Amino acid sequence: MADFLVNALLAGLALAVVAGPLGSFVVWRRMAYFGDTLSHAALLGVALGLMLDVSPTFAVTVGCLLLAALLVTLQSRQPLASDTLLGILAHSTLSLGLVVLSFMRDVRIDLMAYLFGDLLAVGPTDLAWILGGSAIVLILLAILWRPLLAITVHEELAKVEGLPVAAIRLSLMLLIAVVIAVAMKIVGVLLITSLLIIPAAAAQRHARTPEQMAFGASLLGIVAVCGGLSLSWFKDTPAGPSIVVCAAGLFLLSFALPRRNGR
Amino acid sequence: MSEALIRLDGITVNFADQPVLQNVQLSVKRGEIVTLIGPNGAGKTTLVRAVLGLLKADSGEVWRKPKLRVGYMPQKLHVDATLPLNVLRFLRLVPGVDRASALAALSEVGAEHVLESPLQTVSGGELQRVLLARALLRKPELLVLDEPVQGVDVAGQAELYRLITKLRDRHNCGVLMVSHDLHLVMSTTDQVVCLNRHVCCSGHPAQVSGDPAFVELFGQDARSLAIYHHHHDHAHDLHGAVVTNSPHVHGPDCKHG
Repeated sequence: MADFLVNALLAGLALAVVAGPLGSFVVWRRMAYFGDTLSHAALLGVALGLMLDVSPTFAVTVGCLLLAALLVTLQSRQPLASDTLLGILAHSTLSLGLVVLSFMRDVRIDLMAYLFGDLLAVGPTDLAWILGGSAIVLILLAILWRPLLAITVHEELAKVEGLPVAAIRLSLMLLIAVVIAVAMKIVGVLLITSLLIIPAAAAQRHARTPEQMAFGASLLGIVAVCGGLSLSWFKDTPAGPSIVVCAAGLFLLSFALPRRNGR
Repeated sequence: MSEALIRLDGITVNFADQPVLQNVQLSVKRGEIVTLIGPNGAGKTTLVRAVLGLLKADSGEVWRKPKLRVGYMPQKLHVDATLPLNVLRFLRLVPGVDRASALAALSEVGAEHVLESPLQTVSGGELQRVLLARALLRKPELLVLDEPVQGVDVAGQAELYRLITKLRDRHNCGVLMVSHDLHLVMSTTDQVVCLNRHVCCSGHPAQVSGDPAFVELFGQDARSLAIYHHHHDHAHDLHGAVVTNSPHVHGPDCKHG
């Protein structure tokens, strides 16, 4: 098998595994639009990274964190609803990113690769970032699993019971930011959220515990990555969108099976 | 025996420059049930949040016994329908809880049959009991219950209040609860704090029906139906503002002019 295909497969599988549990929290906590906003802002991170000559992955992570902080500040200072704020931030940061990129005449970048991913161009360095980033996120998720569940069920109850709610909530945003930075290469900024939420949504109907849903989402993500890559390999379709199409197909299929969780 | 668990002194809370609580005093001792009553918007939940440390008072002092263990029962529990969580797992979100202790806590509140049910499918009354069980799993010195009988039918309400009294006796904890209905809580509470942005009055609920014949006639519920007497040195207009010079009908307990 060609090297680039092995790299692509490993990168896609790593992302699928970590997107399962993280995506479950995105679904439970209704953060889909939040994830979308962060991923749109990732393009601005890329532009700034190129401008300041730092690693794009690093720049994107920092950019996402700044955006999360900005969002929290805005939410407490003025009356606009969260989804309005998210819409403003998502599209203005995406546009700003495109504008900044257009000023850098001497930098030739493939915009489509950033918007929709370029999985087959994942090199050894990218792969190291993706595997490392996914491993760290997975370990942190395992450590924070119970506190995260507790604040998802009831934040004030969790706070009375002594959990540092604000810090846990911020960690979750941070983990999402890291995954977005890592996943950008794979599916691109416009499609990242789908990899978080579609497998989790598909697994939801057949899960009886939070862990079953997280695990099932990872499994479905793996199937989607394998299916999407095969489609791309044999039919020469774009890899990122093919993976998302496969995930969506699995989601539809989940309706065909009878529910198991007794509701 | 009258060890104080919390003491609030001169608590004032403003929301957007509007006073929600003004100069409120409150204390709960071990083994004591204190009930907050008052109309909507009286600041009952705000006061509870100040007690729990979820909200910082603009002025005044909140003293808690060092390392006080609090069991909190929130007013509502809304768990997203997509989160597959049964009652057992919900209870096990408290660190150190295993299946046996979760089951023990559930049977203490009479809800052991919902152990394996998805949290979103249990009824209102069962959910209140599950929340109470979770509060008990913290081995609380102080139980804070925000409208513990919400969404429960009247018969169930009286039963829940009796349960709370029983739990207080068994665990010797202090209880601070918020309630709307005067009648049902009167027999189960040691101290009533009538709140309307400030403490209107507080004290022991009058035990109208100490008469054994009365108790015999109405059975277990007689004490619950006792009429509540308290003295009130001012009145309120429709907006809840204090009207000091309004005509006042003296009740049998009145100790003033």
